[in-house]
Amino acid sequence: MNPKKTNTLALLMIRIIAVIVVVILAFLIGRILIQGLPHISWKFLTTSSKAFTSGGGIGIQLFNSFYLLILTLIISFPISLGAGIFLAEYAPKNALTNVIRMAIEILSSLPSVVVGLFGFLLFVVQFKLGFSILSGAIALTFFNLPLLTRNIEDSLNSVPKLQREAGLALGLSKWHTVIKVILPEAIPGIVTGIVLCAGRIFGEAAALIYTAGQSATSVDFTKWNPFDASSPLNLFRPAETLAVHIWKINSEGIMPDAEQISAGSSAVLIIAVLIFNLSARFLGQKLYQHLTAAKQG
Amino acid sequence: MDPIRDKILKRSKESNQDVIGKILSYAAIILILAVVVSIFAFVFAKGIATFTENHASLKDFLTGTDWNPNVKGEDGKPLVGALPMIVGSFAVTLLAALFATPFAIGTALYMTELSSSKGRAFMQSVVELLVGIPSVVYGFIGLTVVVPFVRSHFGGSGYGILSGAFVLFVMVLPTITSMTVDSLKAVPKHYKSASLALGATEWQTIWRVILRAALPGIMTAVVFGMARAFGEALAVQMVIGNASLLPTSLTNPASTLTSVLTMGIGNTVMGTVANNALWSLALVLLLMSLFFNILVRMISRKGRM
Repeated sequence: MNPKKTNTLALLMIRIIAVIVVVILAFLIGRILIQGLPHISWKFLTTSSKAFTSGGGIGIQLFNSFYLLILTLIISFPISLGAGIFLAEYAPKNALTNVIRMAIEILSSLPSVVVGLFGFLLFVVQFKLGFSILSGAIALTFFNLPLLTRNIEDSLNSVPKLQREAGLALGLSKWHTVIKVILPEAIPGIVTGIVLCAGRIFGEAAALIYTAGQSATSVDFTKWNPFDASSPLNLFRPAETLAVHIWKINSEGIMPDAEQISAGSSAVLIIAVLIFNLSARFLGQKLYQHLTAAKQG
Repeated sequence: MDPIRDKILKRSKESNQDVIGKILSYAAIILILAVVVSIFAFVFAKGIATFTENHASLKDFLTGTDWNPNVKGEDGKPLVGALPMIVGSFAVTLLAALFATPFAIGTALYMTELSSSKGRAFMQSVVELLVGIPSVVYGFIGLTVVVPFVRSHFGGSGYGILSGAFVLFVMVLPTITSMTVDSLKAVPKHYKSASLALGATEWQTIWRVILRAALPGIMTAVVFGMARAFGEALAVQMVIGNASLLPTSLTNPASTLTSVLTMGIGNTVMGTVANNALWSLALVLLLMSLFFNILVRMISRKGRM
């Protein structure tokens, strides 16, 4: 075979591979939506699940997923903001900083089940929080911190050095410059990162099985006092999320319509992740236009 | 007292702000470090209890094939042979990497060398969507699509290492692809121009110049993908069949470190041999993820020389 023929053939192969990858994705999304959408109804989204009979919904799980997501972001955002500012602005270039970076990298590559087990050991068993939303949110924070920190660091680093010099030249403190000048300019990137992290948190299950628990206790949506035992906002109640629910009914579910429920729940999860993905792009762009002088459209 | 002298000698508002800012950001980074250190300390302390408290031998743990920690063997030591799980984990990881690498490199080459900018943006969002699909959804698809497919085409019950590898293949594909794209983009443009100017065809250029130059980066990408596959729990657990037997074929039910962990922790009591043995598995997972990290560092250091 001459080089020209090899060339045509090889390039064709590369194109075919790319098409196969697209087909795989289309098949996955299509299959989930086609299988799941017929089961989604207002009733499915709002009623509570049933353990033994068919017709259960995912209302509580859906609420738990969003509540856990918000809690996790509330806990992890300030910490990763501080850490990101440290790495981008204050970190001296020395061996210690390298160790810190390596530690963050290791934390980001730890299997999520190990992070979940650590949360189980420390919060559920040692601190006696039991299977609770709070334990789950802290475990998810551990697993979310490295990503969010790196995202914030990158966004801060992408702001030109001139801005920092300008701030310092005006007699502002370094901290003041970072908070009032650098951070606002980095906001679009940070928001995109947060929303993408949100998608990841929303679908995470392995870290939650042994921290937030596998049972959805019924809650009373008329009580909004967080200290009430049956309040949906109670931090100390076990809270099965949507992703954990899918895992649970597939591995030990005994309701007759387990497959339909998982199909419906998977579709809801996928739609949520799609929304997170699209809004990350949209919000990032809009905020950038809003905060800078970039042209609209 | 001279007010000007006083003002100059006192710390300014700005330097106070700086101190506060420094304290806040140092506190955040110390907190993260503490988390990493305590994860290692806790899992390590729990993981070695099997050997220090329950007197299982490390050799049995790594080479034994009987996993039944509640039962004592003939020598009076608990049966904690973890070899089936270790083999299972490595088998799914290696197979998944083997399937995914050619696809990832092909897709990455398409994105960097062949496609128009529109095609690249499209493939970029395809890769991002694949990353975004939650692992339980992959597991559910695995249960409803991959397991029946394997059952009817390869025989067996459908649950097993092959199904696990197929599911992981799709899960690590985007990871390897996006990192490979980065390393292909980092190849200097003039390498390509020089090769084309010498009369090489496009494929010869890709094969002999671009891929060679990007090799360390591609290897890093594959190791990252393997690390992700090794630590993935639920999607694998749902399709692998969960039998703690040494796998004899790719289509027999098997188990991985992560699948035994997810199934077991809830069914054992804290402090018992069975529970400690599971923590030893978690320790193996932790050490492997550390190993993958070191491997990545070594590859990228070599690549820079």
